[in-house]
Amino acid sequence: MAESTQKIKIMKGATPDLSAATYQIFDESHTMGNALRWMIMKNPKVEFCGYSVPHPSENLIQLRIQMYDGLSSLDALLEALSNLDDVCNSVEDKYRASLTDGRYERWEEKS
Amino acid sequence: MASASTNGFDPRKHVGVNAERMSHVSSTDFPGHYPGEDHSWNLAKFQEKLSVNIERLSNRSIDLDLVGVDASIANAFRRILIAEVPTVAIERAYVWDNTSVIVDEVLAHRIGLVPLNVDPALLDLKDPQNDQATDRNTLVFRLRAACERRKPAPKDTTDPRKLYTNSEVLSSQMEWVPQGEQATVMATNPPVPTNSNIVLAKLRPGQEIDMELHAVKSVGKDHAKFCPVATASYRLLPEIILNPQKPVPPHLAEKFQKCFSPGVIRIHPRTKEVSVDKQKARFESMSREVYRHPEFEGCVQLARVRDHFLFNIESEGFYPPERLLLEAILVMRTKTVALRRAAEALLNDTRGGTGDVEMAEG
Repeated sequence: MAESTQKIKIMKGATPDLSAATYQIFDESHTMGNALRWMIMKNPKVEFCGYSVPHPSENLIQLRIQMYDGLSSLDALLEALSNLDDVCNSVEDKYRASLTDGRYERWEEKS
Repeated sequence: MASASTNGFDPRKHVGVNAERMSHVSSTDFPGHYPGEDHSWNLAKFQEKLSVNIERLSNRSIDLDLVGVDASIANAFRRILIAEVPTVAIERAYVWDNTSVIVDEVLAHRIGLVPLNVDPALLDLKDPQNDQATDRNTLVFRLRAACERRKPAPKDTTDPRKLYTNSEVLSSQMEWVPQGEQATVMATNPPVPTNSNIVLAKLRPGQEIDMELHAVKSVGKDHAKFCPVATASYRLLPEIILNPQKPVPPHLAEKFQKCFSPGVIRIHPRTKEVSVDKQKARFESMSREVYRHPEFEGCVQLARVRDHFLFNIESEGFYPPERLLLEAILVMRTKTVALRRAAEALLNDTRGGTGDVEMAEG
């Protein structure tokens, strides 16, 4: 993707303090949309979070975040992204540990 | 479900499997869902509950248990495995000569589907703006085959393989032509199809194929030929919850056992009391046969464990099966980093400016 096009845009209608905003995220799908939605909803300062894929032939998702107490939804998004990275890290560590401890059945599969 | 919850069914832990419908499908572990309970994100708690266990590993596939994550995370890994882990496949076919009965575009499509034994890390993604092929992003193969009669003609046979040369063009006949620095970089593991016995075309005397094939790196969402897996799927761990208030009558124990997959239900040899083999529960097919018999009504509740994912990943192509999940996690982390960078740029824009937010046209 060229650098000139933005990856994330804030859609019209967001509150000036960004306590309620809809983000358009380009070149993403349910994969990141649903994972992000789940992680943002784990934040107790979030009043509402939902995402949609407006049309299957447009390669973008729309992520709506509404916050309590006029807090910034962009901060919640950033926090969720770093939390998702922690999730990936934890799963990778546990997977590697299971791979090295070798307590699994090995078998030969014909191809 | 009030009666079920008294005998071990927990709507937070289980997804109910009933005769005609599923129940308690959505997860509820969010802040504010249960008054007075804290369900906010906590990494230490998450790591404590998380468990990843490899169950079986072969040269082609891996079975693993991913326990303690939400469906959205497990599904992200599955979707990335199928659509976003890069591999190398033939994308362009330049046909110099093709007098076989298979037309050019069908043959080119067949060849594109052949899995190649190339580490995608050795190649760059081709820039979509600048379509320039270089030795860093393209591999070149040559496919040349001509069919002729064997002389002297073999007697008493109609087998084309004995009568003619090159009666079948196989994937092993694709010959790698190193470009630039590739000869040294890929010398230890020269690019070849992972399966050397794929029939690409059939020829008869006088027919000939001569093609130049260009392989590039891409992802499964671009074309299925770039998908690194044959299948990547998960299911939830089945759980069979027996009702202690209503035990299965001893004279019906064997009939009860037959309602489930083999080995799942055990019968005590003397008392004829039924119990569930916890180790074998994962093999239950969840046929719901037990719900068809009125005599077992209320004896049992079928369920699935909400956060226990049984993954099955079958590798096809370059990656050994045990590397696939690691590659998917790497792709996921690359995506979160890219999104973080974009969100931080947005934050600088909104804080640095006059407070006015630049908004996209809705």
